[in-house]
Amino acid sequence: MIKAKNNDYTQWGERRQSRMFTRGLHLDIPLLLGIIILSAVGLAILYSASGQSEAIIMRQLMRLGLAFAVMIVVAQIPPHHIQLWAPWAFGLGLGLLAAVLLIGDEGKGAQRWLDLGFFRFQPSEIMKLAVPVMVAWYLADNPTPPSLKNIFIACLLIIVPVLLIAKQPDLGTSILIASSGFFVLLLSGVRWKHVCIFMALIATSAPLLWFNLHAYQKARVMTFLNPENDPLGAGYHIIQSKIAIGSGGLYGKGWLNGSQSHLEFLPERTTDFIFSVFSEEFGFIGIICLLALYLFIVIRGLYIATQAQGTFTRLLGGSLILTFFVYTFVNIGMVSGLLPVVGLPLPLISYGGTSMVTMMAGFGVLMSIHTHRRLLSN
Amino acid sequence: MVRQRIKDHIRESRTFNERAAIALAIVIIMIFVILARLVYLQIISHEHFTTLAEDNRVSIVPIPPTRGLIYDRNGAILAQNVPAFSLEIVPERVTDMDQTIQALSEIIEISDDHIKRFKKQQRQKSAFRSIPLRTHLNEVEVARFAASRHLFPGVEIEARLVRDYPYSHLTAHVVGYVGRINVNELKKVDASNYSATHHIGKLGIEKFYEDQLHGTVGFKNIETNVMGRTIRTLEQSLPVPGDDLYLTIDIELQQAASKALGDHRGAAIAIDPRNGDVLAMVSQPSYDPNPFVVGIDAKSYRALQNDIDNPLFDRALRGQYPPGSTIKPLVGLAGLENGKASINESVFCPGWFSLKGDDHRYRDWKKEGHGVTSLEKAIVQSCDVYFYDLSLKLGIDAMSDYLAQFGLGQKTNIDLPGELAGILPSSHWKRQKKGLPWYTGETLISGIGQGYNLTTPLQLASATATLASRGLHSQPRIVKAIASGRNNEPQPVPLVQQERHHIASDENWEYTVNAMVKAVHSPRGTARAISHNIPFKIAGKTGTAQVFGIKQDEEYVKEDVAERLRDHALFIAFAPADKPEIAIAVVVENGGSGGTVAAPVARKIIDHFFMSKSK
Repeated sequence: MIKAKNNDYTQWGERRQSRMFTRGLHLDIPLLLGIIILSAVGLAILYSASGQSEAIIMRQLMRLGLAFAVMIVVAQIPPHHIQLWAPWAFGLGLGLLAAVLLIGDEGKGAQRWLDLGFFRFQPSEIMKLAVPVMVAWYLADNPTPPSLKNIFIACLLIIVPVLLIAKQPDLGTSILIASSGFFVLLLSGVRWKHVCIFMALIATSAPLLWFNLHAYQKARVMTFLNPENDPLGAGYHIIQSKIAIGSGGLYGKGWLNGSQSHLEFLPERTTDFIFSVFSEEFGFIGIICLLALYLFIVIRGLYIATQAQGTFTRLLGGSLILTFFVYTFVNIGMVSGLLPVVGLPLPLISYGGTSMVTMMAGFGVLMSIHTHRRLLSN
Repeated sequence: MVRQRIKDHIRESRTFNERAAIALAIVIIMIFVILARLVYLQIISHEHFTTLAEDNRVSIVPIPPTRGLIYDRNGAILAQNVPAFSLEIVPERVTDMDQTIQALSEIIEISDDHIKRFKKQQRQKSAFRSIPLRTHLNEVEVARFAASRHLFPGVEIEARLVRDYPYSHLTAHVVGYVGRINVNELKKVDASNYSATHHIGKLGIEKFYEDQLHGTVGFKNIETNVMGRTIRTLEQSLPVPGDDLYLTIDIELQQAASKALGDHRGAAIAIDPRNGDVLAMVSQPSYDPNPFVVGIDAKSYRALQNDIDNPLFDRALRGQYPPGSTIKPLVGLAGLENGKASINESVFCPGWFSLKGDDHRYRDWKKEGHGVTSLEKAIVQSCDVYFYDLSLKLGIDAMSDYLAQFGLGQKTNIDLPGELAGILPSSHWKRQKKGLPWYTGETLISGIGQGYNLTTPLQLASATATLASRGLHSQPRIVKAIASGRNNEPQPVPLVQQERHHIASDENWEYTVNAMVKAVHSPRGTARAISHNIPFKIAGKTGTAQVFGIKQDEEYVKEDVAERLRDHALFIAFAPADKPEIAIAVVVENGGSGGTVAAPVARKIIDHFFMSKSK
């Protein structure tokens, strides 16, 4: 494999210069291009969704700048350093989550924020990375496929932070973190038999989960099952979103021309429901292009994972990119009425802060995995 | 470290690649699930959703409650709701607002003021709310717009109920008016109850009884098409109309009072002393409240504000005037009841009075003096020297305490907003407000209602009513009955009556009343001008309030003083003197003489009152 690469280098000597440069910065050009194009599409649709507000665009640009900077910094960290820090980061994240429950600030009725005096942040964001890192670290230390005991401990590593976050309550984030841990397990080669048992366990515990949901979470699920029940309350979002998407049709109404979104029928149209604005304005054709872009990024991420040289990096890379897809799927699923409204942004497109930075840090990890490969092998 | 199994990197890598391939397959399947969903939404159900988005919009529309009506005591309508056509625009349905307004102004008259007001509201309201551009369209304009309505999507003619005050100037200060609700007012009311309401009481009864008059909002679920036209109503809950108010005001008496004041600036108030009902309350000049309802244009408003006669100023409630000699019967009564004056004792009046050890002369209005003067003569001829002497004997605080029982220096708590309290000075008041000690000389001028004394015409009328009812004080009121809902009988509002005054001797009161009767009916009385041709007795007292201080040894010559610096003319009266049914206070700004200017106004009111009663 490495030989083949070397052949590449002799055959494409003229491109070597630039490759060396991006290698030096530890960036992966195809992934980077995908992210940049997606962010640009995001800015364009945000401009429309925000009622052509330049202030919002400027703020989003600043966040993007910060997120790209974080990505570049993370890309410089060799994966084995990440592996070394894994237990510490995980421990710190758990401690902060506990702190949030004890002393956290309540924003919008949910205790998610930790106020450090100079700035506030959500410790659950740390866990988005720390959980897959930790599970990958644990499983990579042992031979794969993991034994039942290892699976059990890995599940524990996932469930504790997930429960802490679900208690805040932040259902969307806890689902994401649970699935990121689950992907590590799945990719590590857990036997299908075990996967089936696990699924059966979840199915049986669903009623238990239901009784532990908050009233608003239950309402969201009920509304998902029958949105017309509550057209002015909880069902309003989804009805208006479906109208926006459906009226977009094959070709869409054109950029800046979405009547549903512009006439303020559509709530949260710059954040969680931005996909509805996109669908209304660019139609089915636009959606195919957008999904192709997401698919390209997922494929590139999976490719990076398969090219990784250690179990840890493989599992981590695979989990990160699949979680990115879950983000996308859950968001589109909820605004199109396939899934209940759990409040997750559309990655790289929705207007919003911390989750974008975390996601870009995840891309930074992927790039680091890919670009530190040769050095590692030397 | 002993491992049970050895890591097999090649096998691990193969397993991973396998799993990654499966994951990719699942990702692609899920993308197709999404695409299938979107095919369903955007292609199969596209028509359905387009209809929902474009053609038909189901929306909840609040229905404004009908504002309660205001009647006078005999059922004459003072404030009503009349249908008026207004041209309204829903901004979100209009693509080019300036061009639309431009085109509209070619068929309907639209001034810059209208546009300015429209733009202001446009900034405050959501884009889907309809905003009036012009109100009170006439039939020709309505017809002209109807003919070319297809050219103006988002523009509608609405028939709305607009508040109307048929008596215009006559009731402006009492009834007040409603005007467009502003941001601050919206914060103070229940926003959902006002979601369809454009107007709120700004002044007068409209403001004081806003809660009762407004009613409760209703809602309807309507389907509209893309032009904004309602296709059908799905369901509705009807609004509850506001309460109707029945005032104590008799609009004909109000008219008579206004006519009696004529072109003078001033106020005239008539109260039924038996229950505090305000029968007439006029402040002149007045203004037409109707333009305020739809939004008065800036030029007219400026003209009203800058008018030297200040028509927007409610003199009855907020005008504060020195009571002058009208205070004398009360001061006399204070002397009698406190044992500082006696029916039999007299004071010699040389035309001036001075304190011991002070050569400052406190003048009497009659330069040559009244000679030997009893309390009765002092009230009849309004002798100042007698009251200088009496107030000195009483002292400021005893006098102030007694006058406070008549409500001077306090709000009457009438059910109208904005009332002022006036000033009833005392040594305590001066220390507190000015931080200065009280001087004896100030007691003297307080005793004739000058100095720091300030009263509103309403206070004066209320004090007169208390005097007329021989000490039974009723709080003045303007709303007599309230009818909730449209069909209910009006329910009377309970009287607020205070305890009867502590009275040392009824004789003192009758003596004072009798002196006031003589002030009208005796040949030397200051108000003798109004005593002719009347079958019963009027008790009255004139007063003049100085606007312009005159120096020692200077004479006040009416003709020499500029009109606006002339004294205010005051008159209080009640009739019939033995069994009073009406108590009146009249203030004529710069009227000069109470007896010849203010008293005839009261006489005309009294005449009208008893004439309409006998009818």
